[in-house]
Amino acid sequence: MNFEVIVQSIPDLLSGLLLTLEITVLSVFVGLVFSVPIALARVSKNPALWMPAYGYIFFFRGTPLLAQIFLIYYGSGQFVDQLEAIGLWPLFREAYFCAVLTLTLNTAGYTAEILRGAIRAVPRGEVEAAKACGMSGALLYRRIILPKAFRLALPAYGNEVVFLFQATSLVSVITLMDLTGISRIIVARSFAVYEIYITAGLIYLSITYLILGIFKRVEFRMLGHLRRRSDETAPGVAPAAEETGVGLR
Amino acid sequence: MFDLQGYGWTLWEGVQITLAVGVCAMALALVMGLLGAWGKLSRSKAGNIAANTYTTVIRGVPELLLILIVYYGTPTLIQGILAGMGRDVVIDVNPFLAGFITIGFIYGAFATEVFRGAFQSLDKGQIEAARAIGMSQTLAFRRVMLPQVWRYALPGLGNVWMVLIKATALISVIQLPELLRNADIAARNTKAPFTFYISACLIYLAITIVSMWGQQWAERWANRGVREA
Repeated sequence: MNFEVIVQSIPDLLSGLLLTLEITVLSVFVGLVFSVPIALARVSKNPALWMPAYGYIFFFRGTPLLAQIFLIYYGSGQFVDQLEAIGLWPLFREAYFCAVLTLTLNTAGYTAEILRGAIRAVPRGEVEAAKACGMSGALLYRRIILPKAFRLALPAYGNEVVFLFQATSLVSVITLMDLTGISRIIVARSFAVYEIYITAGLIYLSITYLILGIFKRVEFRMLGHLRRRSDETAPGVAPAAEETGVGLR
Repeated sequence: MFDLQGYGWTLWEGVQITLAVGVCAMALALVMGLLGAWGKLSRSKAGNIAANTYTTVIRGVPELLLILIVYYGTPTLIQGILAGMGRDVVIDVNPFLAGFITIGFIYGAFATEVFRGAFQSLDKGQIEAARAIGMSQTLAFRRVMLPQVWRYALPGLGNVWMVLIKATALISVIQLPELLRNADIAARNTKAPFTFYISACLIYLAITIVSMWGQQWAERWANRGVREA
């Protein structure tokens, strides 16, 4: 072990981590915004809505993320003329844009599937009660179904964010200098394979468990009304299925 | 648009390697998963700590980084040790071996959780009964627990397989000529990248669909002795 190399490369690694976090945050937020309409289309009874949503979710969950990144980054090169005609080529030429676009579309697919399950899991009684109060359509979704579904989806969504955070390491393959990309450069220069990769791995590890910790706290607060009180003896409302650690995407 | 310009066979060879890596990795993942579940459920402190460290580390580090560590790190480590003993050798790791061992090792951590849950859902009374009629711990494990655990583990393991087969695409980064790597080669040679990457995507989708059928069949088979509710 050569500790000098590790200490010297820490500033570079942290600058890579910054890009990793930037890409993660951007894709997580935009992907979440995209996922809601997709999930709503997916639970719709209208085939013109649910079939495209089903196809979208199936494609992004059924193919490797690396293949999707190649498809968008290199694949767009086959349509230079068309993209140029509509003025989008300068965007698709950039690895950064393609990486964020792919990760966003990918996480939107996974998140839509999580939301679909959560919307399905909203208790029937609550929906019926809302309908009996005269709510319907958009109001029903906005006030009753979606807030409940978001809370139900929280544990699974935490896992999705962690997966997306780790999946950003793939952007190094299309030349972006994220934490993995910087590590590869430093390793190529210094031959300190173990030292650098393990340091990078430890950084990923700590951020992963930091994200999980944040989600645990958010869950704890948002599901506070379902928590059993310490002085309560009869079993209250069963808390949402608790996930320990990271599940499988 | 789907003019593969004679590269169809290249893709097919890639599919075969993808499936071969996937099957080998899955076999390793099953072994690691059983070992990990054994470690997590055993009364031995050392077993608990080893299994928990294994799943914690694997889940916290990106797969790509682990593949790079195994592929580039192992030769360096071995050469370093041998150089310390005064021998100067150059070792090349076979990308197939490095790929399937890493992927199998990673998904073993996920299989660990699946098996742990499955073993915990087994009927405790049956295990007690097996011990009571004089079966040793290993015999009870082999005759009573292992045949039943598949029933509970299959849905989870099917999931692991489907995520694992997609993860094999990462091995293209260390130049193993699997499906994505071969699509990459064809894309570069023909200047038709979209055609080849979308073909690769569709092939992965086809593998997923076939796997889903296989999983349904396997679950029916595993539940054949169970009365439906």
